[in-house]
Amino acid sequence: MQNYTVFVPRLVPKKEPFAPGHRACIGCGEALAVRLACKAFPPNTIVANATGCMEVISSQYPMTAWRVPWIHVLFENTAAIASGIEAALKAMARKGLRPDDGTKVVAMGGDGGTSDIGLQALSGALERGHDLLYICFDNEAYMNTGIQRSSATPFGASTTTSPSGIKSIGQKTWKKNMAAIAAAHDIPYVATASHSYPHDLMAKVAKGIAVPGPAYIHILSVCPTGWRSAPDLSIRLGRLAVETGVFPLYEIEDGEYKMSLELPKLRPVEDYLNLQGRFRHLSEDTIKEIQERVVAEYERIKEKTG
Amino acid sequence: MGRKVGIEVSIAISEAVKLANADVVAAYPITPQTHIVEHLAELVASGELDAEYIPVESEHSAMSACLGAAATGARAFTATAGQGLELMHEVLYVASSMQLPVVMVVANRALSAPINVWGDHSDMMAVRDTGWVQIVVENGQEAVDNVLCAFCIGEDKRVLLPVMVHIDGFHLTHVVEPIVLPDQADVDDFIPPNEYPLPLDPARPVTMGSFGPPVIYPEIKKRQDVVLRESKEVILENWQRFGEAFGRYYHPVEQYRAEGAKTLLMTMGSTSETAMDAVDRMRDQGMSVGLLKLRLWRPFPFEELLQAVRDADLLVVVDRAISFGGPAGPFCSEVKAALYNQDKKPKVMGFVAGLGGRDIPVGGFEAMVHRGMEIAEKGGGEILETYGVRE
Repeated sequence: MQNYTVFVPRLVPKKEPFAPGHRACIGCGEALAVRLACKAFPPNTIVANATGCMEVISSQYPMTAWRVPWIHVLFENTAAIASGIEAALKAMARKGLRPDDGTKVVAMGGDGGTSDIGLQALSGALERGHDLLYICFDNEAYMNTGIQRSSATPFGASTTTSPSGIKSIGQKTWKKNMAAIAAAHDIPYVATASHSYPHDLMAKVAKGIAVPGPAYIHILSVCPTGWRSAPDLSIRLGRLAVETGVFPLYEIEDGEYKMSLELPKLRPVEDYLNLQGRFRHLSEDTIKEIQERVVAEYERIKEKTG
Repeated sequence: MGRKVGIEVSIAISEAVKLANADVVAAYPITPQTHIVEHLAELVASGELDAEYIPVESEHSAMSACLGAAATGARAFTATAGQGLELMHEVLYVASSMQLPVVMVVANRALSAPINVWGDHSDMMAVRDTGWVQIVVENGQEAVDNVLCAFCIGEDKRVLLPVMVHIDGFHLTHVVEPIVLPDQADVDDFIPPNEYPLPLDPARPVTMGSFGPPVIYPEIKKRQDVVLRESKEVILENWQRFGEAFGRYYHPVEQYRAEGAKTLLMTMGSTSETAMDAVDRMRDQGMSVGLLKLRLWRPFPFEELLQAVRDADLLVVVDRAISFGGPAGPFCSEVKAALYNQDKKPKVMGFVAGLGGRDIPVGGFEAMVHRGMEIAEKGGGEILETYGVRE
């Protein structure tokens, strides 16, 4: 699986709706994930973006990295903003106020904006059945405000609000399972993706947009700043997250689970954890606990694929 | 010309939204706003109003969905009250800052705790500085008329601001009144099509809601203030146009038997109707008392207020909200601030009454006028002077 040649640059669309020149950190996996996702957009796409890293690095007035119509309003309401856009497109097309050109709506937010503060608005949008794709770009903490823990921060990770110490192993809770939460709304399409598997990511985004009704994609986005990892390891870390089973790639289509990648054998989690400063304090016992949990979770998802 | 019907004010407001042909309605139920959004849901269900109705999961999302719709170029409407207005608070600032012309009816309600569903102006005062155009009405007809005007004002290219129409919860929302509902053709002539200048459109991509560093933020805020102040001209223009089309005229500061009055009572909202009775009684007793009713809360009508109080010696302002630990009534504070630097100005006495739906009877307004006169003459008085509150 360390065969990087599976990435075939000439098969990647040349268009760049998310333009270069933005202010993301060196080695930012999230900016790469956004760039790849945008490449999979059909021509008529409107983006609603939650407050967070991506909004800050891409939109500082008077510049913009966005070549598609883009709106940012607040932190927790992006799914509701997107709901309003989708409803407006529908009503206006029906009433002849704008062409019925099949314009698509994509909402995006980070893990905090999605799994914490924006969860209610997201649940509302998914439940109401709006025709939109919501993408969570998950870098596993509030990186924009300085690496504070979120409900998506993995067990054991040291962050500025879940620091490791004599009496603390770091994050005390297991990562919230957003894909399962989204799927529990009985929506037609849910997927997990990684920027280290670009073709898989783009295919899933295209599918999520094409499917009628709500779709949800959860993209693990490596953050060298917050994960305390070397910027040149972002692609490898994305791969290791998948290869160790820490972040399995799968789809849930109409409730049916499907693994995106067949892994004959999971790599040990140390291969992934050891490259990140946020896990450097972990004891062998804790790593063992993580290893057991990762395998169990992985098997559970695999079982669902039947 | 329209038809005069006996109708609940909430239902009439929904009918006005239908006449305005809204494209998107996003709403979350809260007492006493419920009848408005229920009837809108019925109008959409029956096909009488061709709109997308989004039954959102919170007021925060109601306002957010309206912003998304307005940014796309749709005519968006919502209604809320009390806690709901508080929950959408931060979104209100963005609506005005991003110049997204949403129209919202607020069925004014007291704020918790203790939980209280009845009317006062605590919710309205809490959103005073959100940058919205804010119109206050005193009866159902005014509510209908001003909802129609609100779309014209907000969507005008010189304004492009969200507009709130404040109606007192229960005292207006749940009463049946004789109301003239205008004909569709006349409303179609009155409200121009909504042509938002730069909507979200793949044919012409725009970046909306970008991040504003210190190098530009103050200029953006200054401009926002200028736009809101200058919206007064457009508001006056639309009220004039409305008067010419429908025969009912509106003004930023309405006057009732105020000409030459030495003492002026000043109110906002539905209690103005009771205050008019009180003024009649006091006039019958030979007292020189009139009434000013504030219609336009934001932008604040400084000139019209100065003009209206020029002959008065005493102004008695009645608030239905408290500024805890501050100068008591926020409405009275504003009036005082507007007059402070004038050479000739009346004394201003403020009272807080009618909190949480507590009735203010005709005699209550008389009592406040008498108490105001007494304090003006002899001095004294508390910072927080209340009427009808048991000590």
